[in-house]
Amino acid sequence: MGAALPVVEKLLEFLPRRAVLHEEEDTRPYECDGLTAYRQVPMVVALPETEAQVQRVLQSCARMKVPVVPRGAGTGLSGGALPPGDGVLLSMAKFMRVLRVDAAARVAVVQPGVRNAAISEHAAPLGLYYAPDPSSQIACTIGGNVSENSGGVHCLKYGLTVHNVLRVKGFAITGEPLELGSEALDSPGYDLLALAIGSEGMLMVVTEVTVKLLPKPQCARVIMASFDDVEKAGEAVAAVIGAGIIPAGLEMMDQPATRAVEQFVGAGYDLDAAAILLCESDGTQEEVDEEIARMEAVLSRAGAARMRVSRDEGERLRFWSGRKAAFPAVGRISPDYYCMDGTIPRKRLGEVLRFIAAMEKKYGLRCPNVFHAGDGNLHPLILFDANDAEQLHRTELFAAEVLEKCVEVGGTITGEHGVGVEKINQMCVQFQPDALELFFALKRAFDPLGLLNPGKAVPTLARCAEYGRMHVHGGKLPHPELPRF
Amino acid sequence: MTPQPLQERIAQAAAAGRALRLRGGGTKDFYGGEPRGEVLDVRGYRGIVSYEPTELVITARCGTPLAELEAELAGRGQCLPFEPPHFGEGATFGGCIAAGLSGPRRAAAGAVRDFVLGAKVIDGRGRLLSFGGQVMKNVAGYDVSRLMAGSLGTLGLIAEASLKVLPRPQHELTLRLELDEERALAAQNAWGAQPLPISASAWEAGALTLRLSGAESAVRAAARKLGGSELQAAAPFWDAVREHRALFFSGGEPLWRLSVASTAAPLALPGRQLIEWGGALRWLKSAAPAAMVREAAKRAGGHATLFRGGERSAGAFSPLDAVLLRLHRELKAAFDPAGILNPGRLYPEL
Repeated sequence: MGAALPVVEKLLEFLPRRAVLHEEEDTRPYECDGLTAYRQVPMVVALPETEAQVQRVLQSCARMKVPVVPRGAGTGLSGGALPPGDGVLLSMAKFMRVLRVDAAARVAVVQPGVRNAAISEHAAPLGLYYAPDPSSQIACTIGGNVSENSGGVHCLKYGLTVHNVLRVKGFAITGEPLELGSEALDSPGYDLLALAIGSEGMLMVVTEVTVKLLPKPQCARVIMASFDDVEKAGEAVAAVIGAGIIPAGLEMMDQPATRAVEQFVGAGYDLDAAAILLCESDGTQEEVDEEIARMEAVLSRAGAARMRVSRDEGERLRFWSGRKAAFPAVGRISPDYYCMDGTIPRKRLGEVLRFIAAMEKKYGLRCPNVFHAGDGNLHPLILFDANDAEQLHRTELFAAEVLEKCVEVGGTITGEHGVGVEKINQMCVQFQPDALELFFALKRAFDPLGLLNPGKAVPTLARCAEYGRMHVHGGKLPHPELPRF
Repeated sequence: MTPQPLQERIAQAAAAGRALRLRGGGTKDFYGGEPRGEVLDVRGYRGIVSYEPTELVITARCGTPLAELEAELAGRGQCLPFEPPHFGEGATFGGCIAAGLSGPRRAAAGAVRDFVLGAKVIDGRGRLLSFGGQVMKNVAGYDVSRLMAGSLGTLGLIAEASLKVLPRPQHELTLRLELDEERALAAQNAWGAQPLPISASAWEAGALTLRLSGAESAVRAAARKLGGSELQAAAPFWDAVREHRALFFSGGEPLWRLSVASTAAPLALPGRQLIEWGGALRWLKSAAPAAMVREAAKRAGGHATLFRGGERSAGAFSPLDAVLLRLHRELKAAFDPAGILNPGRLYPEL
C-alpha cells in the first residue's frame, strides 16, 4: 500500500477499522461518480460517522498535506467527486439523520447524507416539502446538492438550492468549524453561504444543512402541448412568461427525446409533435383553475397543435414520468449517452438547436434534447458507444462545441451539474484569466494549500493556455497574453 | 459608455494607497460604518444595458437611478420582487445591490442576493471582472456576483449587474387584524405553513397589517379565511414601511434592525418595535445599550444592526467570530489588496 500506509495509520487512530478502506477491492466502488467516463481509484476512503471524526480527518490530512475529496451519493454528472489517486475520498454517506423538522419555523435540519427526496418525505406529514427537485432526487444527497447548487424542474418558480438553504455547518480543510447563515433570513458580513453553495466541495466540508420547507401546494395540474415546430414551442414559452405567468414547471422535449421515453414509460406523449411542452400550475384550486385557463389561451395563440390538461394526480404524474425518466430512457436506446448542461438565453433556443442539429451531422452522432425551457437550461444527450474510443472522442468534441456555443450566445457551460473535471477546459472559454485568478485567490482564503477537491471546477491558467492551443477559433488564440509552452 | 474612467480612478488610488468612497446617490450614507475617503461618484455610469421582459432579466449600469429602472419594469408589468428601499430620491441600482437591503416582500419572494444573476465588478486593482451572466441557472465558477450583494462596496465596484425580475402580482389586498405581539407572531408562523399568498406583514402596537398578492381568486379566498378588515388604498402604507417614512420610524432614538428566527418569542427590550417578515425582522427604536440589543438578537437566533442614528464608530454590524473575521479579511485582500475600497464601511477591520 506504499504511500497510503501513513495516512491509513493516522486515520485508524480515531476511526474504526471498518471506516477506513484502502484495499483495492474496497476502494474500487468509489472510482467514479455519475460521470463514469472518468475513473480513478482513491488511495484511501474514509467513512466518518461524527462531526468530530470529520474534523480530525481534515486536520490530519491538512497536516500531512494529503488531498481530500468529499463525496455524497456519487450521483454527480460532472466528476466533481472523482477521487484523488494520492489522497482521501471522504464519504459522507453515514451522515443520514434528519435532526429536526420544525413545522412552525418551516425548516428541516439534516445531515448531508440525507437524500433530497427523504427531506420531503419527512416533512410530508406536516403538509410541507423541500422544493428543489433534481431528477436524481431519489438518490442524490442534500450535501451534494449544496456542493453543486442543484436545480430541478420547478426552479423557475421555487429557485435553486441557494434559494432554499438557510444555513450550513461544517469545517474548513484546517478543521476550523464554520457556520454560515442562520435561521434568520440574513447574516452579518459577506454572504459566505451563497459563496459556499455551488462551490463544488472546494471551500469546505458540510456536516449539517438547514433547509427551508414550503407548504405543499393544494393541487397541481399540467398542460401537455404539442408543436409542429421546435422554434414555435420556444416562442410559446416566451409568450407564457410575457403574459405575466410563472409556471411551476415548464419543460420541453424534442421528438427524438419523446420517442425514446414513450417506449420506456408510456407517458402518452404525442409522437407526431416536433416538440412537446409540459406547463404546470400549482397552488390553491382557484389559482390553478385560473392559471391553467390563462396558459391554455396563451399556448393556443402561440400555435399549439394539440393540448391535453391532466385530469387527475395520476395523469399529472404520468405526464411528468416521461420527462423525469428521460435520461434512463435514452440509456436504453444507446449503449451510452453524454449529458450536457448548458444554459442559454431562451430567445436563442432556435439558433442553438439548429447548431446542435448541424453538429449531429458533422460528428455522425444522434442527440435528442430535453430542456428546462422556463429557465433556459438545455440538456442535449449525445448518443454514443463508449467501447469505441473514436466515438468517445467525437462525443467530447461535439460536447465542447455545443458548450462553447452556449457561451457565445450569452449563456453558460453549466446550469446545474457543475464543472467538476468534465467542463474544466470550457471554463477557459467562459472566464477571462483575471477572473480565474480571483477564483484561486478566493479558494486560498478558505484552503491555502489547495488540498480540498484539488483540480476541479477552476482551471489553472497553464491548463487554459494548453487548451487554447487545441481550440483555435477564427485563427485567434484565446488569452494571447499568456506564455505558451 | 465605458467603465474605463472608473477603472483608472481605482487603479490610481490603489497605486497611491488612497481610500475611495464609492458612492451613487448617497441615500444610504447613514448605513454601516462612517464613509471615508475620496468620493468616487458612479452616477455618470448609468443606463439600462438590456431588458427583455420575456427572459425575466434586466441588466443595468451601477449609476442608473433605481426609480428609473423600476419605472421601466412597471411599464412592462414587472418588478424587482425584493422591493428594495430607496431611502431618498437619488438611490441607484448599484447602491441597491451593494447595500443588499430588501423590503416588505422579502420573506415571501427572497432578498436582493436571490435575484442577482451576474455582475461586472471592478476590483481593487482596477480590473474589470465578469461573473455569472444573464441566465437563471449558472453554476460555472464561484458565485461571486451574489457575494457582492450586501458587501457595501468593500470588495469591488459593481459596474453593471443583471437581475432576475418577475411579473407584478395580478391582484393585491391588504388586511388589518387586531392581535397582540405574541398572538400575531404565533399566527403568522402557523399561516406560513399553509399555502396562503401573504406577501408582506407589519405588526405594530397591537395591529397586524397583512398584504396578500397573487391570482385574484386565491387572494379573495385567503382574505375570507384570515378575517380582519380590508385596508383601502394600501400602497402608501407599504411604501411608508419600506421607506421608513411611517410614524414608527420618527423620533430621536437609534433605530436597530434585528434579523431573527421568525419563531423567536417577543423580545423583551426597552423601546418600541415594528415587526416585518412574518416575525423574522424586528425594528427597534430604543436607546438600550448595544450589548443588550445584540445579546437579545443572538438569543433569538439572529443578529442586530445599528441601522440609523446612535454611535456607529464601534461598528454598526454584529461582530464576527474569529474564523469568519479571518475569512472576511482574506477575501477583502483577494479583491482589494491595497484596502482602498470603502474601508471601514462594513467592519472596522476591513
